[in-house]
Parts: sequence; structure tokens; C-alpha cells
Amino acid sequence: MEVQDQNAVGRWDGLCSRDPGSRAEALETTCQEVMRKVEAIDPMTAMAPLSSGNPPNSDLNDILVHLLMLSKRCPFEDVRDRCVQLLQDIQDLGIRIPRPLGNGPSRFIPEKEILQVSKVDTRTQSIFEDAFAALGRLDNISLLMGFHPQYLDSFLRTQHYLLQMDGPLPLHYRHYIGIMAAARHQCSYLVNLHVNDFLQVGGDQKWLNGLKEAPQKLQQLGELNKILAHRPWLITKEHIERFLKAEEHSWSLAELIHAVVLLTHYHSLASFTFGCGIMPEINCDGGHTFRPPSLSQYCVCDIANGNGHANHHDDLLGNQEMCGEVEVLMKRMKQLQECRDDEEASQEEMATRFEREKTESMLVVTAEDEDCVPSRDISRHFEDTSYGYQDFSRRGEHVPTFRAQDYSWEDHGFSLVNRLYPDVGQMLDEKFQLAYNLTYNTMATHKDVDTSMLRRAIWNYIHCMFGIRYDDYDYGEINQLLDRSFKIYIKTMVCSPEKTTKRMYESFWRQFQHSEKVHVNLLLMEARMQAELLYALRAITRYMT
Amino acid sequence: MEKMSRVTTALGSSAISGRTMFCHLDAPANAISVCRDATQVVVAGRNIFKIYGLEEEQFVEKLNLRVGRKPSLNFSCADVMWHQMEENLLATAATNGAVVTWNLGKPSRNKQDQLFTEHKRTVNKVCFHPTEVYMLLSGSQDGFMKCFDLRKKESVSTFSGQSESVRDVQFSMKDYFTFAASFENGNVQLWDIRRPDRFERMFTAHTGPVFCCDWHPDDRGWLATGGRDKMVKVWDMTTNRAKEIYCVQTIASVARVKWRPEKKFHLATCSMMVDHNIYVWDIRRPFIPFATFEEHKDVTTGIVWRHQHDPQFLLSGSKDSTLYQHMFEDATRPVDMANPEGLCFGLMGDLAFAVNDSLISSDANRKPYPGGDRRYPFFSFKRPNLTEQFAHVSSALSVFETDLDSNRMDWFVKTAQLYILSGKPFAELCDHNAKVARELKRPQVSTTWTMLRIMFSDPANMAAPASNLNLSKLGSLPLMNSFSMKEMGSGMGAESRLERSKGENRQDNIHLEPGNSLISNNNEENEETEGSDGPVENMFADVELDDDDLYSMEQDNQAEEQEYTLPQEAFQLRHEIMDNPSAPEHLQQDKADSPHVSGSEAEVTCLTPIESFSLISISQPLFSPHLPASFFCPIVREMLSYYAVQGDVQMAVSMLIVMGERIRKEIDDLTQEHWYMSYIDLLQRFELWNVSNEVIKLSTCNAITCLNQTSTTLHINCSNCKRPMSNKGWICDRCRQCASVCAVCHHVVKGLFVWCQGCSHGGHLEHIMNWLKSSAHCPAGCGHLCEYT
Repeated sequence: MEVQDQNAVGRWDGLCSRDPGSRAEALETTCQEVMRKVEAIDPMTAMAPLSSGNPPNSDLNDILVHLLMLSKRCPFEDVRDRCVQLLQDIQDLGIRIPRPLGNGPSRFIPEKEILQVSKVDTRTQSIFEDAFAALGRLDNISLLMGFHPQYLDSFLRTQHYLLQMDGPLPLHYRHYIGIMAAARHQCSYLVNLHVNDFLQVGGDQKWLNGLKEAPQKLQQLGELNKILAHRPWLITKEHIERFLKAEEHSWSLAELIHAVVLLTHYHSLASFTFGCGIMPEINCDGGHTFRPPSLSQYCVCDIANGNGHANHHDDLLGNQEMCGEVEVLMKRMKQLQECRDDEEASQEEMATRFEREKTESMLVVTAEDEDCVPSRDISRHFEDTSYGYQDFSRRGEHVPTFRAQDYSWEDHGFSLVNRLYPDVGQMLDEKFQLAYNLTYNTMATHKDVDTSMLRRAIWNYIHCMFGIRYDDYDYGEINQLLDRSFKIYIKTMVCSPEKTTKRMYESFWRQFQHSEKVHVNLLLMEARMQAELLYALRAITRYMT
Repeated sequence: MEKMSRVTTALGSSAISGRTMFCHLDAPANAISVCRDATQVVVAGRNIFKIYGLEEEQFVEKLNLRVGRKPSLNFSCADVMWHQMEENLLATAATNGAVVTWNLGKPSRNKQDQLFTEHKRTVNKVCFHPTEVYMLLSGSQDGFMKCFDLRKKESVSTFSGQSESVRDVQFSMKDYFTFAASFENGNVQLWDIRRPDRFERMFTAHTGPVFCCDWHPDDRGWLATGGRDKMVKVWDMTTNRAKEIYCVQTIASVARVKWRPEKKFHLATCSMMVDHNIYVWDIRRPFIPFATFEEHKDVTTGIVWRHQHDPQFLLSGSKDSTLYQHMFEDATRPVDMANPEGLCFGLMGDLAFAVNDSLISSDANRKPYPGGDRRYPFFSFKRPNLTEQFAHVSSALSVFETDLDSNRMDWFVKTAQLYILSGKPFAELCDHNAKVARELKRPQVSTTWTMLRIMFSDPANMAAPASNLNLSKLGSLPLMNSFSMKEMGSGMGAESRLERSKGENRQDNIHLEPGNSLISNNNEENEETEGSDGPVENMFADVELDDDDLYSMEQDNQAEEQEYTLPQEAFQLRHEIMDNPSAPEHLQQDKADSPHVSGSEAEVTCLTPIESFSLISISQPLFSPHLPASFFCPIVREMLSYYAVQGDVQMAVSMLIVMGERIRKEIDDLTQEHWYMSYIDLLQRFELWNVSNEVIKLSTCNAITCLNQTSTTLHINCSNCKRPMSNKGWICDRCRQCASVCAVCHHVVKGLFVWCQGCSHGGHLEHIMNWLKSSAHCPAGCGHLCEYT
């Protein structure tokens, strides 16, 4: 009856409302409820005041953690304030309250550089509110993308459509595919996020024990997931055929497209997550602690992202060393623009440049394994852990170069997706264009710079790593514009994102702003998604003809 | 006209002839173009650049322009065009951004003439000026269009589209200075080649990229565009604003569009994805392609009409590495496969019927629809100016209006609502229903009802055999006081009364709650009526004790069922058992017979006990003189079937219900069930939920009665621990607390629990009813305005 009958999720729902009245009401009931619970367990904690970091009532803990998340991340000021106050009250009662581990949504970027939920322009605010209303949370990814509200809007819309709106696949399948895709890159952040969602839409807990427990139909997807994530150029129409002709476990074309879009979306999102060093959500494992902050030990992450008291000596030094970097880059761009007409490379030269860039990308060694221990055992979500990115141009196996002019997103991919999964083609198209064309005409401190050349170089470099060649591009430009540390970063992020480190993030483009680095990440993410999609869609097209 | 004659002479001299034929290319083609005299065709692609001669029976390879050991990207062609004035001159657009011209007159093997590398991105399209020899136009992915003078080394002017990607450029056939360009963002721009600074005009033609455009060869103002949005649009450019005059919706994105020579309204299209066919459309009939060529196995990339004044030959190149010449007479005509007839119901029950004239003329005198009132040709058109191949298509559309009265279903609704099916003596029911039918101007139905009444009952013989049977059973009781009679009546199926009696019962229970006085009361009464039931009572008393001393056994039983419940039927039957402990075996028999028939009959007797006594006493003698009711049964059965066959299943079912036992056995169960189902379905379509529910209740088919028991389960959670309550409705197994407490009296509710769907507070039905009579607010004090209806 009454309030009690609603489950915990229901209670948080009211807080997502855009209407301040109903929000206040929901807030009030929540407060009462929480206080009642707190009072109920009060004596127990009083008896064992300093036991462990684990107060007895885990139910209450979940609520407290959620409150903490709301107090930090809710786009509505009233909710934030009330939650802070409530937490304070609870603490005054002698209950241990959690605190966030690490500061801010990213390990790489100091919190003060990132948009504060409380201080955003109206447009971003409304996007945040929408996202919060739809999901009941504002994840760290959205916060970082908040640097580029235009893109964020399109991104969230697409993601929402893929996960929540009408589509060929059932809801829990979608989240499960998301988990599969993210697990391929050992991205515990995304896995955690979607495990929760998966359970919430009624997914079977058993499936989470591994792909083997999932239905046959999803198991088939494992192979595609693997290839798509690491070596998409190996996808053939035979793969597609196997999906569509698997008797009772067979997929329809529409379902397959949906799955492919989801897979590529989460592969590339995993890249972004690692590339920006996204921290676990406050209300997920590893995002908070009940341990009181002790003066002697700082959280490692705090120091790492400059949130602690550590000074940025090395950073300053670095800046001095590299101070000419931006200027050099701009000069090169200018030169390229001017020289283009005079010094026209021969056709053979052009062809070899692509090959060279391809082989060279091979030599860009991704960093050695550093410690990255996934908090949840995510390896069980995928099989064949040894399967990873392999350089496209390996000796021995010859895979023909993918000619962008023969199968492009605009002409071919779009039509296919839109035909089988209406509206998604349009959304992806918009998102790709936004990402590709996004510019503020600035570079670091310089204004009015035409960055199209740089953006195109990055985009094409990523496609080059996947063996996609543009006839009309001079791959020599890449060498001119992208220095080695940047290339290492790109390659790591795109091919094996789990190996991205803070050092890599910091060592490229040292003078650029964080928002610009996030911009680069968006570009990388979209380019990667498009590359994977192109291969998958081409295979489907070939199957269909 | 003058031009036309010139054409024929030109045609006459070159005498084009041929057949549908194809040849294999070594590689996928991207574009094709023909030379002016229609004797040769050039095919260009990423790995192919060849000229084929068009001969009578076959393609003959004339020249391979792709020379050199390691051909550069300049040979990777996105587009090719053969000059229409100078037959040695070709231009190609390369994927690497180069524009190349070729001179076939060159003596060397390499025919490359000029190379322009001004574009930064892939060049999508090249176009020669139709009349000017040295003028070449190109459109590129970088958003620029460039105009080249072939006598110079570089472009003479550059046009900036101010947006990404030019997909097509086309010189106007008629306006010397004008060209059109289509863009990836959906726009089409019109330019004057003398003014490179600004476009003359721009409009948005499609959503998404416009892949192609083509000027009408004869009409100065028409421009056809095709886009990724699967549309072909024809624009009239003569007015100030470009006006869309025709629009054809295809099934895939449109990659190329080419007007058919000599046919003002025809154009050919092909797609770059999924669909491999080439379609020729008559733009005035945008729904079905006029002709289709289905030869290609992969997407068609280039189409071109072989001669600019000959509509019969179409050449096409494809990704499947073939080059085809299609003859128009070999094309598939989808129209032939189209259904020549169409039939559609209108909102108000009108029927429209369109048919090809040729089909209808043969039996024009036929009256196609017996009920149709009028038939008028709605529209019919002939198209005399359409010169060829269109069989004179004309069709007639007939609309059959049903006159409003006969077609309305009002009578159905009214009848359903007004008919009384139970709760009154048979004769009254028949009379009432006859009256209803009469008022709705359905004399036949009305008469039928009246006849039924006469057949099965007459004033002297109100009780039909079935009820006699019943009563005789009851008659074995030595005495019947009014109380038990009433109970019998309600138990046997008159719903309205059942409700009431339930209420009464409860009231009693509540009033008498503390002591088990009700039971004793009952006992007394029962003992008065039927001493043999004593043991049953005792058993009940035992049951009562084992749970909770406070509550009487009736309530227990009620609660037991109401936990899950509320299927009316089940309820009713169990109620009988409970409320009439005196006569369980009777009930069994009643059930075996027809509870509902006997119900209505019993009513007759029970409503006024005195009468019933008299009936019992006199029914036997009065029965014999009359014709036995079964005498009529075959006729009635036939009549019911007749109504059902006529579509008036309402009548069939209504009579079935009203007559009940008298006729039920005459008709097999399956048929009955079928009728019931149809009628219930109809009722539900008219949203007559109440009536449909009543019919379900009154029906005697098991399959029907169980309809009301589907999805009537109610799961309850404990209000304390929020776990589902598995066992009993009022006590939670886990937290050992009474869950459902009446908001008024604060006692546990074990019987009927009524609660507000708004605030979910509730309690004893009786209490809540009383409370809400005096107050509008929820008794729990939550402030909700509850309502009891």
C-alpha cells in the first residue's frame, strides 16, 4: 500500500521530474523514508560504532550511495541541496556516510576543469535534465561530453533510441549486447552500468555468468563481437549468412543491424571511456567508499589527476619544453595548404604513402601492459581473451584495401541501415557529421584556425589503421600533422583502449585544453565506429546481393 | 516539330538497330557514356576504362584506355563523359580528385590529353557543355565546381557551393549559361557560368544527399533530381521559386536519373544500394514503374540512353561487371502484373470498387452487389495523347452507398442494451423483447418473440417443465420458509439478486459477529426446513474453530475465495454451497441441469412465495392439456439457425438465453458456443461491455462461462514486509501480522475487501460503503477523495 509498495527504483523516479513541485514532493517522501530507515538501525550502529567499512544494513547503504550520487550529479539544484543536507543530517546521527572515491568524472582531467553540474549554460542544462529524466542518472561520460553540448545532444538521442525506443531487439538483449561489446575491451565501467540496466529491464541474472548461459542466439554474436572489435576487415558475407540461416536461432536482418550498431557503439564508447579515463560512477563499485578520509593516505587517483595538493611541477616543466608545439603544428598546416599546389606528389608516390602510413601505424607500439584490474570479473562475458587487434597490413595474410569511394557511409551504409532499422541511419548520419565537422576554430590559445585539415588527418589515420583508404587523400599529411606521441595515443585508444594510460593522455598535445582533448576523443570514437560499421555493413550488403 | 523531323532523318541515316545483349567486363563499372552517333560506349570504373563498339549482335571491345604497367589513381574513375560534339573527346573524374581529358585522336597508346588536379577531394561528376566544344565542368567532394577551358592549363572559374560535396553537375540543355548542381546536404543550386561569385538560385530538394539531377531534353524548365531519400522529383524551374511538379517514390536511394528521349514524361532511374533493377517511370503515374529491366545481379551504376533521340535502347553498366543493352520491348511491365481490381470499404460502410474497363465491359449489366443502391461511374479517363505502349488504361470506379438506415448498426446496439435476458418470467421477457424489437422497426424479430411466448408459455402455464422438475425437487422439503426460498432463488443464478442477498448476508454476519449467532440462526432455520443437514452444520462448525475463534465460518470461506478471486461464476457457486447448507445436493443437480434456466424460473416462483406454493400445488394438473413444449423445438431450432445464418446472431443468442433449458438440448454445444462467441465478439466491438458480460454470465456453455475467469487473479503483497502473500489474504506468513486492516473499524478484513485504486486504502465492503456515503475523503485520512460506485 501507499509508498511502501513502490520499490526503491520507483522512489527515485519522482526526482527525475522536470516539474519542481512533484520533485519536491518526491524529495520529501524520500527524506522521510530514509530517516525512518536510519532511525530503525540507529541502535545497532551505535553499539558497534567503528566496526568496519561495512555498516550492517546494506539496503541503507545503497540508498546512501544513491543520495551521494544525487548530491553530486543531479542537474536539479533543489535535489542536490536537499541530498547534501540529508546526508549531513544522517552523519550527525552517527551513521557513516559514503564519500566519492577520487574527484570528478575523469582520472585524467582535474575536476575543476570539467563542467560543474551546477554551472552550465541553459542548453547543456536542458540536455542534462533530459538525460537525467530518461535514465535517472547523469553518467560521467555525459559530463565529459558536456564540453561539446551539440554533440552530446545527438549522442544521447542516438543512444536513447538504440536502447529504449522501438527496435527489433528486446530491451534486455540490447543491454546484454552492450555488456558483451564493452567486455571485449574489458571496460568495467560500461559493463557495470549496463549490468544494472540489464537487470532492471528484467534480464536473467544467470546470463551474466558468461556468454554460455545466454541464449544460443546471443552466443552466436560472440564471434561477430570479437572480429568487429579487433579485426573488422575479416568480416565476410559468410559470417552474415551464418547468422541469418541458423534455423531457430537465426537472426533477422533488422535484428542483426540493430545488434551491429549496438556492438560498434559500445566498442567505440569503450574507447572513449578509456581515452578520457572515465571514473566509475559514484553509485557503482569502486566509485565511493565508506572509509573516512585519513590524512595520511590520499586516494591515488586524486594525486594522479591533480586534484590533491601535489603541485604540477612536472607539468609546468613540460609546458616550457613543448611550448612551441602548437605553433609548429599550425605552421605545418599552413605549409601544407600552400605547398599543395606546387609540389604535387606523383601517383605512385601517393599510393606508397598510404602503404607507408599503414605499415608505420604497425610500428607505433602500444604501451606495455600496465595494471588494469577490472573490478568485476568481466572476462567471463566474452570468450577467447587472446584475440586482439592485429595490424591490418601483416605479412602473410593479404586483405584487400577497403576503398572508401566504393563503399561509403553517406552513399551506401546509410541507405542500408535506414532501410532495415528506420531512423537510426538518420541519427548516426547526424552524429558522424557532427563529430566530423565539429570545430570552434581554435587551437589551444589561438583563435580563428581552420582545423579541418587536422580533423581529417585524424579521421583518416584511424580509418587507415582499419585498412580503409581514401583515394583523394595524401597520407603524407598525417605524418606532418600527427606526432609520434599522438599517434601512440590514437592507436592505443582505438585498437586496445584498455591499455590507455594517463601518461599517454598527457604526453600528446600538451598545450591543448582538456576540452580539445575530449574533442579529439569524440573524433576517434566516431571514426572507429564508422570504420567498424562500414565493414559490417559491406558484408551485409554483399550477402544481400 | 521542326527539330523532330531533323531527328528522324538523323536516325534514318545512322539506322540504329540491335537487341538486348550484354558483355562481361573485367571489373565493376562506375559510369558509362555513349558517343554522339551511338555506335560506341565508354565504360569507366576503378579498374576499368574501355571503349566498346555497339554492333548488331554484340559488344566489341574497341580500345583499352587503361595503359601503363602500374596505372595510377588517375585511372580510377568515378565518372566519365563522352563529348556530344567532338567525338574524339572524353573526360573522366578520378576518385583522387583529378579531372582528366582524353583525346582518341592521339596516335600514341596513351590517349591522356589534359590533367587537372585542382580539386582536393574526389571528383564526383564531369560534364561537357552541350554545344561548346572546349568547356568542361566538374563537381567535387570538396564542395567546389570548376569550369575548365580545354585550351588552357587550368580552370577558368571556380564556383563554391559553400557546402560539403557536390554530387552532380549538369549543363542546361537550353540555356547556354546555366548549369545545375546537386549537393550532399539536399540542396540544388543553379549557376550562371559567367558569375562564379554567387549562385543564381538555391532550393532544398531532398532530405539527405541529392545524388543526381538531369535537365529535361526538350522542356526548358524541367529538372529531375534523385536523392538518398528514395525520391525522384521533377522541378519546374521557370517560375520564380522552383516548384515540385512531380514526385516518384522508389524503393531505394536514387543514384542516377535520365530522361527518356522523345518521351516527355518518362525517365529512367537506378539505385546504388540493395535494388539492382532499372526502372523507367511515367512521372504522371508514380506508383508503379512503367517498365523495369531486371538483368543486373548487382547494383546498377550507370545508365544512359543510347541515342539522344531514340527511346528504344538503354545501356547500363553495373557493379556485377557487365554491360547491358536493353531493348525497350524486352522490358518487364509491372503494370501487367498489377491487380486490375480494387475494393475498399469506406468509413460509413460504403463500398468502392475500381476495375479496369476492359474487364467490366463484358458484363456491364450485371448488378455487382445485391444490396447496392446506386452505381455511378466516378471517374474514368482516357489518355489519347499517350502515344505508345500504354494500353489505353481507363478504369471505372463504382461506389456502392449503403443507405444509412439499413447499414447502421444502431439497432444492434439498442437491441443489445434494451433486451432483457433474465430476471423476469419468461413471458414477460418475451413481451419486453418483442416490444423492443417493434420499437426498433424490426417486425419480424418482434413477431418471433411473441410467437415464442405463445409457444412456450401461456398465462395458465407459466411454469415450464424444467421448472416443474426443479420445484418438484424442492417440493420434497416439507416446508419452505421465505428465507430459504430466497436463498435458493439467488443461488440459482439471478445475478442481481445474488448481489443483494450477499449484501444481506454480510450485513447479518457483521451484526452478529461476536457470538456465532448467525450460525445458530441458520442452524435453527435449517433444522426447521431440513433436519437431515445437521451433520453438515457440525462439520462447518469444526472448520470454523481451527483458525480464528473470532470469525464466523462464513467469513472464513469468503475470505478464502476472495484472496484471489473475483470471477463471478465461481463465486456464485461457492456461495450457494455456503449460503445454502441446507441443500447442497440440489445445487449439484441444478448445476447439472441448467442453473440459469432454473434460475429464472425459480425467480418466478420465489419472488412471491405464496404464488410458488400455489404453483407447486397446481402445476401438475395444468400441464397436460397443452401441447408439450418439445413439440415446437425443431421449429425453434430451425428458426435460431436461420437467424444465425442471416447474420443476426444477436437474435439467436438472445433467444437461446431466454428460452434456456427449453431449447438448449436441441442444439449442439459447438454451435451454441460458436454463436455465443460471435455475439460476444460483436458486443465487444461495439464496446458494450456490460451486455457482453451479462451474456457471458448467462451462457451455459462451459467454454463461454470460463471467459470471465481469465486473468482475474489478484496478487497481494503484505503491507508490512512487502512480500507476496501466498496463502491467505489477511495474514502474512513471514511477518506474522495481519495485513489487510479495515480503514474504518481497524479490524482485519477477511471477507470482501474493497479498496480505492487511487490511494489503495480500503476495508470491509460494508464499512467503506457506509463511510463514503457520509464522507468523500478516504477513511484512512490520507486526504484522497475516494469514490465508491
